[in-house]
Amino acid sequence: MTQIPARISNWFAAKGWSIHPHQQEMFNRAQDPATLLIAPTGGGKTMAGFLPSLSELSDGAHSGLHTIYVSPLKALAADIRRNLRTPVDEIGLPIRIEDRTGDTSATQKKRQRVDPPHILLTTPESLALLTSYEDAPRMFAAVQRIIVDEIHALAESKRGDQLMLALARLQALCPDLRRVGLSATVEDPGGMARFLARHPDPCRIIQADPGPDPDIAMLETDEIPPWSGGGAAYSIPAVLAQIKQHKTTLIFHNTRAQAEIFFHNLWLANDDGLPIGIHHGSLDRQQRERVEAAMVRGDLRAIVCTGSLDLGIDWGDVDLVIQIGAPKNVKRLVQRIGRANHRYNAPSKALLVPANRFEVVECVAALQAVQEHDLDGDPRRSGPRDVLCQHILIAAASGPFDASVLFAEMIAAGPYATLSRTEFDACLEFCATGGYALRAYDRWQRLQQRPDGRWQLRDPRAAQRIRMNLGTIQDTDTLKVRLKRNRGGKPLGEVEESFAATLTSGDTFLIGGQIVRYEGLRDMVVEVSRRADRKPKIATFSGTKFATSTQLSDRILNMFAQPDWPQLPTHTADWLALQRDISRLPRRDRLLIESFPDNGREHLCVYGFAGRNAQQTLGLLLTKRMEETGLAPLGFVATDYATLVWGLDAVTDPRPLFRPDALREGLETWLAGNAVMKRTFRASATIAGLIERNTGGQRKSGRQATFSSDILYDTLLKYDPNHLLMQITREEAMRGLVDFGRIEEMIARIGDRIDLLRLDRVSPLAAPLFLEMGKVPVKGQAEERLLAEESNRLLQAAGIQPA
Amino acid sequence: MNRCEFSFAGQRLCALGSGALWWPDQGLLCVSDLHLGKSERIVRRGGSALPPYENRETLTRLENDLSNTKATSVVCLGDSFDDLDASFAMATEDRLRIVTLQAGRSWIWIEGNHDPGPVEIGGTHLSEWNCSGLTFRHIAQPNAQGEISGHYHPKVRLTIRGRSISRPAFLLDRARMILPAFGTYTGGLRSTDQALTEIMAADARAILTGEHPQQIPMPR
Repeated sequence: MTQIPARISNWFAAKGWSIHPHQQEMFNRAQDPATLLIAPTGGGKTMAGFLPSLSELSDGAHSGLHTIYVSPLKALAADIRRNLRTPVDEIGLPIRIEDRTGDTSATQKKRQRVDPPHILLTTPESLALLTSYEDAPRMFAAVQRIIVDEIHALAESKRGDQLMLALARLQALCPDLRRVGLSATVEDPGGMARFLARHPDPCRIIQADPGPDPDIAMLETDEIPPWSGGGAAYSIPAVLAQIKQHKTTLIFHNTRAQAEIFFHNLWLANDDGLPIGIHHGSLDRQQRERVEAAMVRGDLRAIVCTGSLDLGIDWGDVDLVIQIGAPKNVKRLVQRIGRANHRYNAPSKALLVPANRFEVVECVAALQAVQEHDLDGDPRRSGPRDVLCQHILIAAASGPFDASVLFAEMIAAGPYATLSRTEFDACLEFCATGGYALRAYDRWQRLQQRPDGRWQLRDPRAAQRIRMNLGTIQDTDTLKVRLKRNRGGKPLGEVEESFAATLTSGDTFLIGGQIVRYEGLRDMVVEVSRRADRKPKIATFSGTKFATSTQLSDRILNMFAQPDWPQLPTHTADWLALQRDISRLPRRDRLLIESFPDNGREHLCVYGFAGRNAQQTLGLLLTKRMEETGLAPLGFVATDYATLVWGLDAVTDPRPLFRPDALREGLETWLAGNAVMKRTFRASATIAGLIERNTGGQRKSGRQATFSSDILYDTLLKYDPNHLLMQITREEAMRGLVDFGRIEEMIARIGDRIDLLRLDRVSPLAAPLFLEMGKVPVKGQAEERLLAEESNRLLQAAGIQPA
Repeated sequence: MNRCEFSFAGQRLCALGSGALWWPDQGLLCVSDLHLGKSERIVRRGGSALPPYENRETLTRLENDLSNTKATSVVCLGDSFDDLDASFAMATEDRLRIVTLQAGRSWIWIEGNHDPGPVEIGGTHLSEWNCSGLTFRHIAQPNAQGEISGHYHPKVRLTIRGRSISRPAFLLDRARMILPAFGTYTGGLRSTDQALTEIMAADARAILTGEHPQQIPMPR
């Protein structure tokens, strides 16, 4: 098709719109096998993606599925359906558009497989599920185009790897499939294009006009940010004033817990009763949908939210974005700012609100980076093998397969282009027999080779279990929260199981902006009552935690080296001066370590500025060394700039802990049984299909919990340390959580220049670490000592003499 | 010391850190809920192929306790096998291992709900067993006295100075005690669960397993 059909261009003209150059370019390139469009929010990105589909479908000649649209969010699929419906109806195009997500009814889903629409809007998981059915070839026979929206967000996680494998499968079913990726601004468009395209197809990158620079600044407040904390309560009056001055404000937070606290405080100060809502991933779906609907109607003046609103739902009249807390990552900040002002070629307006004084420094560094268009990011890694194992199982669920054909198909997926046949065979072996050195299961193989050489499920009923456990999103174990009523009250959302376990009757916590009282646990549901009179404990949500980019860390260290800080507000400059006065400021060429007691525990704060992952590894290695030398560490927490270790005894000589050979030796052996490795193992084992999250049955009270995945890890470590899943776990940890290279860089940088400062209490710079999430427990002698103390205390309290 | 001594129904007993119960006067070691063959049973029924090493691990831990205590009698309190088929399907290596452990010892298999019948492995098979005022059975019964049972896989969760600690645990009151599960692939039931708070008396205690077993009032 060489020209946009007149009916469509006339409709544009009648609306008074012109077709943007990048939309025209996308149309002209519609026959290319793969195209990547990079455009700012509000740039008509979605229309650019759909224009060729609408044109090709305009004559009504196509029967069956024509275009599949994939987005990371269910809500986005529903939203796009509504937005696409309007032009299609107004132009009078004979096009059926439907969405299919986890929320679609079973009847509707079944009908879609028999009689698919022209355009199907879905998520990576639902698409992968569709490819697992025996009738997939029939359903997908006529597909021409696939549009991957917000591809930059998908590419950040294993969901993207899974999607690209599903696309490879689709491509095998319909060889003429053309791919389109729609992305926000990214630092490496070439890498994104290789991720999208069928290997080794070329992929043209179309860059839309990025529009004017954003109008971005720090929020001016009368109150001074506190030394520590993530609540930013001090900024409430100033934030309320901004809400009043704008039509609609999005208030972004980095974590759900912070969003809850901020919303609570905002509401307490909201004397004018401005309509303000809260939105995050742990809230009940109905609650979220109500907020979304109110937002679309323009009923809300502000929404307190988290990454759940990072992506493209068109919120209409958002004219201000406020980021509470340091943005951690310049690229994400730029993308969030784009949420304000969805009009093309109008500058987005954004304000940064540091939650504490360290974050003031981070915010100033981020502002400079935005002004210099200096985006950060790491190169994308190749596809992980746990996702590949799941894909093999999905292929088996859809019917018998030939191993060589499946391998050829998989290496056509960008992330798996460099996969070797040996690696593939190991994954196939794992799926078939478990892949253990002890060949215990040959009688009960999950996949069996048929006489014709193809592989199939031994038990066809296994297909159902595979489908139920499909996906790469790891939710931590959560429990639903409901108001206590006779027949089950209103659902409010969910909290993590580990948090629920710490609650006793009468405890209060915040959820969805209200304070509730814990009443009890019934059938694995947390029952609560409304209660507004006590200070709440805060629900802990893991949520997504972003790592501060190394580029931002470097900017901060450079700032610390200045003699004074004219670019910082006085209070923050004074605070850094105070740190310099009572302790020191970290420097690039030395390692600063502070030691101090707090709340009955000893603390050690190590300012390595090596990034969150490396600081985490440092925490593991240090606590291991401390355990060996009897210093009884209890746990640690890492941020991008420091690691805080707590334990029962003080460290007086850190030098032995930081000897490079000792650290390296620790790395060789620390894999044995630490919590981070187990966490990594659990995620990979679940994705690869070893641990089934859903078995169809309901979790009930009065029955033993299934045993912990830690036991599987320990068993493999002892009896089969080179098992595929252990290899994957090590690989994942090295890439994700270990990052040992940066520790070595740090050691090279500091040499033996280590400064240990003994302080009588927490230093200004160390204070924020106490509020960090993701504390890693160390299970060692300290736990035994604690238990002994507690046992004595409890027995004495109960008047029982220890036996 | 890796044991916690206490008196129960007039007898001196020791809870070992491994989850086994040691009765010095009788030279008797009691373990519950070994669930041998669990991974085999799961895969046979179409589930995941878990690492097939749990029998080795369970038997190694049992062997350690046997050699440390020099026990002459062993009582397995039921659910020793994850099901009867698992007892038949056990690898030769694991069978030989059990035979070796049994050599020179009296060995009683109490029947459990997972293994409610004789298994092909040597030893005495009983539904319950009495000795010096103590009754060994799989599932606790109402109004029992001096009863030692398993079945529930009790565990205890504590929060101490902000650290949550969860351990398999022995539960005991004046009338009965319930052993934690000894098997490697076993989960636990919290002592706060109604099933356990209903059975155990108000002044019941828990002994947490681990390197140094610790006694506390049973959390309810």
